[in-house]
Amino acid sequence: MRREIPLAITVFVGFLLIISVFFPPVETLGEDFSLSFDIIAVFAFFLGGGNLIRIHLKKLARRETDWMFSIVTLGGFILMLTAGLLKIGNPGDIATSVNTEGMLFESIYRSVFVPLGATMYALLAFFVASASYRAFRAKNREATILLVAAFIILMGSTPLGAMATSWMPESLSIFEIPNLAVWIMSYANLAGQRAIIIGIGLGVVSMSLRLILGVERSYLGKEG
Amino acid sequence: MNRIGIIVFAGVCVLFVTSWFLKGSVGDATMTEGFLITLSAFLTLAIMSFLYKDNPYYKFAEHLFVGVSAAFWMTMGFWSTIVGNLIPRISDSLGAWFLQPKGEINYFFLLPIFFGFLLLMRLAPKGGWLSRWPLAFIIGTTAGLNFVRYLRSDFINQISATFVPLVVDWQGFGHFFGNLSLSATGPLVAMVGNFVIFGGVICGLIYFFFSKEHTGWFGTASRIGIWVLMVTFGASFGYTVMGRISLLVGRLTFLLRDWLELMT
Amino acid sequence: MAVAIILGVLGIGLLWLFIGALKGREVDRRVIFVFILVAVAAPLLVNITFKFEPTPIVQAVFDEFESLPEGSTVLFSYDFDPAMAPEVQPMANVLTRHALERGHKIIFMCLFATGEGQFNVTDREVIQPEFPDRVNGVDWVNIGYKAGNEGVLNVIVTDFKKMFPTDVNGVPYDSIKIFDKIKSCKDLDLIVSIGGGRPGIKEWVLFVGDPGNVPIATGVAAVVAPQLYPYYPKQLIGLLGGVKGAAEYESHFKKVYPKYADMATPAIFMMGPQTIAHIVIMAFIVIGNLIFFLGRRKEGEEA
Repeated sequence: MRREIPLAITVFVGFLLIISVFFPPVETLGEDFSLSFDIIAVFAFFLGGGNLIRIHLKKLARRETDWMFSIVTLGGFILMLTAGLLKIGNPGDIATSVNTEGMLFESIYRSVFVPLGATMYALLAFFVASASYRAFRAKNREATILLVAAFIILMGSTPLGAMATSWMPESLSIFEIPNLAVWIMSYANLAGQRAIIIGIGLGVVSMSLRLILGVERSYLGKEG
Repeated sequence: MNRIGIIVFAGVCVLFVTSWFLKGSVGDATMTEGFLITLSAFLTLAIMSFLYKDNPYYKFAEHLFVGVSAAFWMTMGFWSTIVGNLIPRISDSLGAWFLQPKGEINYFFLLPIFFGFLLLMRLAPKGGWLSRWPLAFIIGTTAGLNFVRYLRSDFINQISATFVPLVVDWQGFGHFFGNLSLSATGPLVAMVGNFVIFGGVICGLIYFFFSKEHTGWFGTASRIGIWVLMVTFGASFGYTVMGRISLLVGRLTFLLRDWLELMT
Repeated sequence: MAVAIILGVLGIGLLWLFIGALKGREVDRRVIFVFILVAVAAPLLVNITFKFEPTPIVQAVFDEFESLPEGSTVLFSYDFDPAMAPEVQPMANVLTRHALERGHKIIFMCLFATGEGQFNVTDREVIQPEFPDRVNGVDWVNIGYKAGNEGVLNVIVTDFKKMFPTDVNGVPYDSIKIFDKIKSCKDLDLIVSIGGGRPGIKEWVLFVGDPGNVPIATGVAAVVAPQLYPYYPKQLIGLLGGVKGAAEYESHFKKVYPKYADMATPAIFMMGPQTIAHIVIMAFIVIGNLIFFLGRRKEGEEA
């Protein structure tokens, strides 16, 4: 019972959405199921928030390492949620977008969420440079090909490449770094990416089929 | 907190307050604006301090980010989808309270509410197994949506696009050899490129095919496939560097222009 | 002069590291961090700029905007967050400017919740100051965010109103003039997805472009740009890859529309630090390889 009903739900919904592509009368039902999927996705956000509260309250209660920072997490969570759900500072009516300028939610987004999110990723610039130095070595033929391709792209994606090779005659213009970079992206890169895309595509199709036919059941967990 | 920690903390506090005051009193800026831009700068620097080593300022910023982003997504989901799409379909009066246009009542949409609450059962000490029902719905929907789309766009269309003409702009041997050049826009370069696309995709796929031993001609094709993939990864690396540097430029622009006003 | 000083300082530093590498001395990661910081920050202060020519894949996007008749309806999907914004916000801004300049009508939406906040940037920097005469609801409309990724696309490919019964501020779909002739994505003349994550351009191609036969163009973060080349030109009419793609577009747009000569060009501006940082990273790759080969030769001699 604990596995049969979920299995039936997967099979039914999966088949229905495939059928809705081929039979226009079922199209509306397909839309309704997609819309339901979107609504459940929001409940998944709520689940994430609830889980966050649970974990950090537990951490606080047990005085685990760095428990003080759990107060920061919970404080930020409650402040943002309150500002957003109550639309504090709303210059319009209740239907006005929560991202309207003047609302506390928008201010926190702009002054806290944006710098934190953007800087977190900006740090990767430093780590990418460090990794280039440490790991990017021409140890064998394959690594050398990778290195050469990366060098051409690095040079070609800045005016540097054009400055260095603009003296080439037209009959050899493919060897101008920017042209070579475009050629690599449009042909060799395309071929490799396409092989990967086809491989992943086949994987997704076969996994979807296994799920819809009820062959793949690992997501249901163990019996009981 | 040791003595150095206290000194650093005091320094940060002084810097923060000074910046707040200065940014809030320049031109038309208000104290609130001064506070917000100072807060942004402080959080930016707190994250960047991780480059030196893990420290309490970084941890503070990191934990704040987790809390704020969880609430951000919840709020956005609530107003956009629950209020915008669900409520007008199940209750006229509630829809009117939220100033939503009158929708067609459709009790089918009680189903996602039911599944949504079952999903939240994961938080309950017992009955977590009930969350498998909405999970099954999500997985079934994803599988149903993806099956046809991936088959069409990432398999059939990709294979179809691989069959490119291997001879480009052909006007006879005389013309071809008479105008032979390695010009970037010439036919020879385009032909070689199309050969690379056709051969590269096939060799790349052979490399991913593990049901046959990679020996003989199959092994050679597989080896060429690896080379093609290496060029692909090299190109991806080059673009990744470009992307990451851009993000750093973005943050430094904020610090140097918006906060310190050193740039015009 | 300032550029020469920056390059000189960095060059001397790199030379010193290079000499150290010849002696087999490894470089500490913090030294690399300082070099990157200087390589990016210094050019920002002196403002180095270059001119760019559009590559064919960028030119294709520009030409598509040019070839659409005035009054065409274009959908812009802001599928990015603040982390990607430095790269793709310039694209969003210049593409919006181009579309409005050509007299196209724009529907803004987003598959990322953060897209609503990022749209505000375009509104603040492009629409309000440069096109104050364009009316919200008639010439452009922001319908905002909906949760559900491909679930959203699967609905709007056949029915817009079902997914977006109102705009972002609660204005009913039926009273938004721009939607008079637009019932689903199939009625759109062009879709532009600006982003770099998931959901993003791939989902747009799979769930809307291919099934609905709608032309799609994109501006994406550099990290995902190489992965999208297989879709060009059949499933994707063109692509702006990373800040370089944005710089090429800005440069070409200014050339074709001289009245925008003084417009902000953040992508072109970013290419200065980008160039210097690339030089530094390439130098570090060379130094790393030098240390590696010298070490290997030493090991060979000892063996």
